Amino acid sequence: MTTTAWDISTLRGDVRRQRKERRVKVIMSAAASASILVSVLIIYSLVLEALAFILEVDYATLIDIGWFPRRGIFDLRTIVAATLIVTMIAMVVAAPLGLAAAVYLSEYAAPRTRKILKPVLEILAGVPSVVLGYFALRFIAPNIITNLFSSAKPANLAAAGVGVGLLTIPLIASIAEDALTAVPRSLREASSGLGARKKTTTLRIVLPAAISGLTAAFIVATSRAIGETMVVYIAGGAADSAIQTYNPLEPGLTMTAAMASVASGTDNVAGMGLTFQSLFFVGFLLFLMTMTMNLIADRFVRRFRQEY
Amino acid sequence: MATPTVTKAGTDVDILSGLRRKSDIGGVLFRWLLLGSLLFTLVVLVVLLGQVLIDGWPILGSRLGDFLSTGLGSKPETSGIVQGLRGTFYLCLITAVVAFPLGIASAIYLEEYATRGKFATFIDLNIRNLAGVPSVVYGILGLTIFVKGPGIGAITGGSTPFAAGLTLACLVLPVVIITSAEAIRGVPTQLREAGVGVGATKWQVIKDHVLPYAAPGILTGTLLSVARAAGEAAPLILIGSVTGFMSGHPAWWDVGQVRESFTAMPIVITAWARQPQEGFKVDNAAAAIVILILFVLLLNSAAVVLRNRFEKRREG
Repeated sequence: MTTTAWDISTLRGDVRRQRKERRVKVIMSAAASASILVSVLIIYSLVLEALAFILEVDYATLIDIGWFPRRGIFDLRTIVAATLIVTMIAMVVAAPLGLAAAVYLSEYAAPRTRKILKPVLEILAGVPSVVLGYFALRFIAPNIITNLFSSAKPANLAAAGVGVGLLTIPLIASIAEDALTAVPRSLREASSGLGARKKTTTLRIVLPAAISGLTAAFIVATSRAIGETMVVYIAGGAADSAIQTYNPLEPGLTMTAAMASVASGTDNVAGMGLTFQSLFFVGFLLFLMTMTMNLIADRFVRRFRQEY
Repeated sequence: MATPTVTKAGTDVDILSGLRRKSDIGGVLFRWLLLGSLLFTLVVLVVLLGQVLIDGWPILGSRLGDFLSTGLGSKPETSGIVQGLRGTFYLCLITAVVAFPLGIASAIYLEEYATRGKFATFIDLNIRNLAGVPSVVYGILGLTIFVKGPGIGAITGGSTPFAAGLTLACLVLPVVIITSAEAIRGVPTQLREAGVGVGATKWQVIKDHVLPYAAPGILTGTLLSVARAAGEAAPLILIGSVTGFMSGHPAWWDVGQVRESFTAMPIVITAWARQPQEGFKVDNAAAAIVILILFVLLLNSAAVVLRNRFEKRREG
């Protein structure tokens, strides 16, 4: 038996083992870079054709009677207005319901009640958006919207907006609940200690303390509502073109639904020049809008993470 | 709650009754308002499920087997969803095969290897931003890169389940990364220290201790992301999934169909819901919705059950 010389390299272990460690690290970091590659590819796919659209389009057609991409009329006001209408209605539905659900679950519900009620939101979150589209078209539009407003068309933006709202309730509730649970217990105890009632503590102490997280919840939900496609595509009532309107009781096309319509005109996504390129231009606008909102929301989330 | 209660009038506790307000109507109303909102959401969910069940019942109750095994047709009474089911099956498969390893490996890198530097912060921000990109924009990515991209388009064969699966994999990648990273973050540091302490290398610790411990959490996230992929329609429309009639009728196990034209459950539902004919628009669309919801809810509830068991184990 020979004696081996021990030095620091012995502790480091077998060379093959070290090499394997390095290889694993390289593989993992390569995988992590994949997400950056996805971002780069998204921007690449949007920018080229969007730029071509901006360079080629006749600017007069961007402000016209409506969105008729197949006739070369691209009135941006039509689809932007429809997007804002749908998003606003969605938020009017989702913000109070989602926030109230979050407050109840985080401040009032006993653990057992929570266990029963929380899955309701989780199931709703799992319902695919095409299903909400069908529900908006088949139930919300005929039973609710046309009953409330007799002038409403059978398929309209308002019904689609309510559908999108239902879809975003779980999202608001989940982010808002995170924000509320992050508020330290000591604040609630101090408030109760001063004699405040539960309601006062909730409204005056907990909600203001969680305000940055709640703001983030609303911004993320708004961004999600802007980007929602299928509900409006199914329930919005416009086939592939829309006359300009600011009336939520009329049919309409949002930016996303307009994109889906351009793409689904034929089974093969192709088509002549500008019509096809408008898809990318609208997509690019959409990407910029949602990214800005997500970045702002991210700031707010980080603020509540830092505070507590 | 912690409000003081007076047990018997006239005893020494009575002093408290001066402090206690008689009734808190506002508080009770507020509580009911909150609970009411939650119950309203529950009612909406019940009405939604009830509506699709009632609408779909004529088909589900009479010709379910036929509906599941025939293809798209020109008459509502003879149309089925088999192509949609097969499309969705292959989409989920491809999405899972691509997104899981990539996503889990990214999460391992972010949680175990990355130092708190600029690069890690950038990747982190990028992932959270990707999670908020509308799904229809991923459709544009798929169309430009996976359907028509030079070289890649030839491999995927154009508007095929292959291209669509890759697109959906990009779509769910951020979700897989975020949930996996959370699960890995939840692994106690002592576990890693103990592993390193007995001479394991970093990768051995990750492979043998961290990943098994985080597995239920990771699995939950991956199941949810497959459910998400199964329900997505917008990217598929952009990619050029077939929305009309389809002649191809390959067998389930025929893998060659990942490079053929395709359709998927959400697309079939959309196409039918937009038809003018009542039969397609109501009966067929609703029946297809019931099948899709069953599949998605099955995945979701599996995820919830897993997570609950996982939480219980940690508490115990």
